[in-house]
Amino acid sequence: MGDLQIKKQPKNYDAVIVGSGAGGGMAAYVLANAGLKVCLLEAGPMFDPKKDSNQLKNPWESPRRGASTKFRPFGDFDGCYWGWEIDGEPYTQKGDSKWEWWRARMLGGRTNHWGRISLRFGPKDFKRKSIDGLGDDWPIGYEDIKPYYDEIDKLLGVFGTNEGLENDPDGFFLPPPKPRLHELFIKKAATSVGVPVIPSRLSILTKQINKERGQCFYCSQCGRSCKVYGDFSSSSCLVIPALKTGNVDLVTNAMAREVLTNKEGLATGISYVNKDDMQEYQVTGRTVILAASTCETARLLLNSKSQRHPNGLANSSNVVGKYLHDSTGADMAGIVPDLFDRKRYNEDGVGGMHVYSPWWLDNKKLDFPRGYHIEYGGGFGMPMYGFNWGIERLNGQFKVKGKQKEAGGYGASLKEDYRYFFGAHVGMAGRGEAIAREDSYCEIDPGVVDKYGIPVLRFHTNYTDYEIKQAKHMMETFSEILHSMKAVITFGAENGPHNNYGLHNPGNIIHEAGTVRMGNDPKKAPLNKWCQAHDCKNLFCVDGSPFVSQADKNITWTILALSMRTSYHIVDELKKQNI
Amino acid sequence: MDRRKSIKALLVGGVSAGVIVEACNTSDKKTETADKKPAEAKTSDINRMVEEQEYEKSLLAEKFFTDAEMATITILADIIIPKDDVSGSASDAKVPDFIEFIVKDMPEHKTPMRGGLRWLDVQCLNRFEKPFKDCSHEQQMQMVDEIAWPKKAKPEMQQGVAFFNLMRDLTASGFYTTEMGVKDIGYIGNTVNQWNGVPPDVLKQYNMAYTEKELKECV
Repeated sequence: MGDLQIKKQPKNYDAVIVGSGAGGGMAAYVLANAGLKVCLLEAGPMFDPKKDSNQLKNPWESPRRGASTKFRPFGDFDGCYWGWEIDGEPYTQKGDSKWEWWRARMLGGRTNHWGRISLRFGPKDFKRKSIDGLGDDWPIGYEDIKPYYDEIDKLLGVFGTNEGLENDPDGFFLPPPKPRLHELFIKKAATSVGVPVIPSRLSILTKQINKERGQCFYCSQCGRSCKVYGDFSSSSCLVIPALKTGNVDLVTNAMAREVLTNKEGLATGISYVNKDDMQEYQVTGRTVILAASTCETARLLLNSKSQRHPNGLANSSNVVGKYLHDSTGADMAGIVPDLFDRKRYNEDGVGGMHVYSPWWLDNKKLDFPRGYHIEYGGGFGMPMYGFNWGIERLNGQFKVKGKQKEAGGYGASLKEDYRYFFGAHVGMAGRGEAIAREDSYCEIDPGVVDKYGIPVLRFHTNYTDYEIKQAKHMMETFSEILHSMKAVITFGAENGPHNNYGLHNPGNIIHEAGTVRMGNDPKKAPLNKWCQAHDCKNLFCVDGSPFVSQADKNITWTILALSMRTSYHIVDELKKQNI
Repeated sequence: MDRRKSIKALLVGGVSAGVIVEACNTSDKKTETADKKPAEAKTSDINRMVEEQEYEKSLLAEKFFTDAEMATITILADIIIPKDDVSGSASDAKVPDFIEFIVKDMPEHKTPMRGGLRWLDVQCLNRFEKPFKDCSHEQQMQMVDEIAWPKKAKPEMQQGVAFFNLMRDLTASGFYTTEMGVKDIGYIGNTVNQWNGVPPDVLKQYNMAYTEKELKECV
């Protein structure tokens, strides 16, 4: 360690951005196109879907046939590097907390593999406290963010339909794909029990929108990232175009250590370790924009202690790390006898569901305060590791081609069973809003560092009755829909009070938000309504961390809209010399 | 590994993967797979981080099952997925090689597989004075019938049932993810396509129809 020294980059940038996912990618894109000089730090390697995607690989090209590893928890072909655990980068829990923390390390972050579900928050979602007294209202409303939703709809592309729903606003949609067969079954069944089903809203190009990006060719593999840029990833649609302006210096494998500040308490740059040569570096800029992901951004702030910011940067409120919350999630699956022995055809479609159910009920009449939406799956999927796992639980239950068989077995008769059941499964997943609470938080573990010597996060999160009752409602709804389509439940039937009705651990749905929330009162929130730190005017957060609450909507489209709004504000403020 | 090299490998991936499949199809001798030196095995051509490359190399350098165990796995896999009118057998599709790989990749399968194989051999030694692989076909089938039907298996056969369930699952995973298996199950996809909705004859079969709204709004 004798020759370890800090290398300082001579160039002073207009902005140093940490993280290249949805928020950081958008900030880099807006600033670079406004002519500002940007240094973009990414903790993982370069990734260009055009060259690096595993799209159209066959299952046999993976020795584990697409099974997951710790490197790719969503499977061997998935487009995300790392996930629940990263070698040499631990995190810890306090008490009986079971937070699950997903961390992507690559250009574009987790947007390379996300579900592309692109839902606007509605007017009510910004003012929940005014409605039910829980949590807090945002310092902005739907009307403040609408112009940016409109702009990203057009810039990045999203399909869907204008339904005129009060809290699921209309947008600028490309045409959606027609429902698949099992989705028609689901729509009929759900509608019959009062659950509306409408075309899904995914950022996938069913029509070409510009010369740089191709149109979707219906391979259903958005999770692998798209070689023709037919869906939205920050890598393909924001960072790579931003690099083409010549205004962005991208540093990959750069693990941020802390935000540097000066005597006045202003941010001056970032110190980071370069994972390739393991040397320490510093880069400086007029503004610092954090988009390292909800929890990494909080970690960076808490690790950036100085005389002016003894509690961590932007943390005079002592709120950084608090109000951490994820979407709730609970699932159920079944098999539909009417779909046995189906005619074969290519039904890949787009990556993910063609229809979904937005929240349809009034929580005032229910015993839980916030809603959920339903995502649907099923049909002919590409066979992968785990194909029809546990068929002995299935093949004794049904007549196969008119013949009752004994469970289990082998041979030609077993092969017939596998063919008979293929494509008859359906699944449904509820994704709901949890309440952001002060006592659900992450903090620095005083005794543990990662392999770079950076203190790690310790989590303290749990659910309350609100979330558990919501999961119970999900289970009741899903059973009703499955029952109505004469399906037999194959997963989730055993859920009950003993396991919180199948409610996933917090963090597991990977929609975490809220650690550096916005608010007008500097005593109660680290950021103002521009996602700008109350305590440090040239510091901004543009990932999921500024969220006050996260609605029953996936958060990416709102991260993008908020980041765009903040980025335009930064451009203005820099031009006016206000920061 | 040099990242640019791996990108290059990815670009020619389609070709080299085809060559591997070709090579697999022409070598049909079962014993060859069991005796193959792990060091000769080639890492896959799919996109990999540096850390994944190293991990895969370490798996390929390891040999887990003995030749005798591989012979038993091959016989069982072919009982579970034999050749029929539609497709070939598990060993035609190199399922035993897949099982060797996957237990190294998922070490939680190692003990259930090794212990299950041993359980099976001890059962056969007691009954027929031979390990499973050296028993006659009739004796093998007599043994398999004791453990292949979970609902009617005797209580003292439950460990064997658990082993056979795992063997059935791994065989199905290994078989239906090969070119032969994908063709058998009838998955038609993973290609450039234009989704225009459920084919009209299928809609008719299930008495379904798209609404006016869908026909107007959708692609």
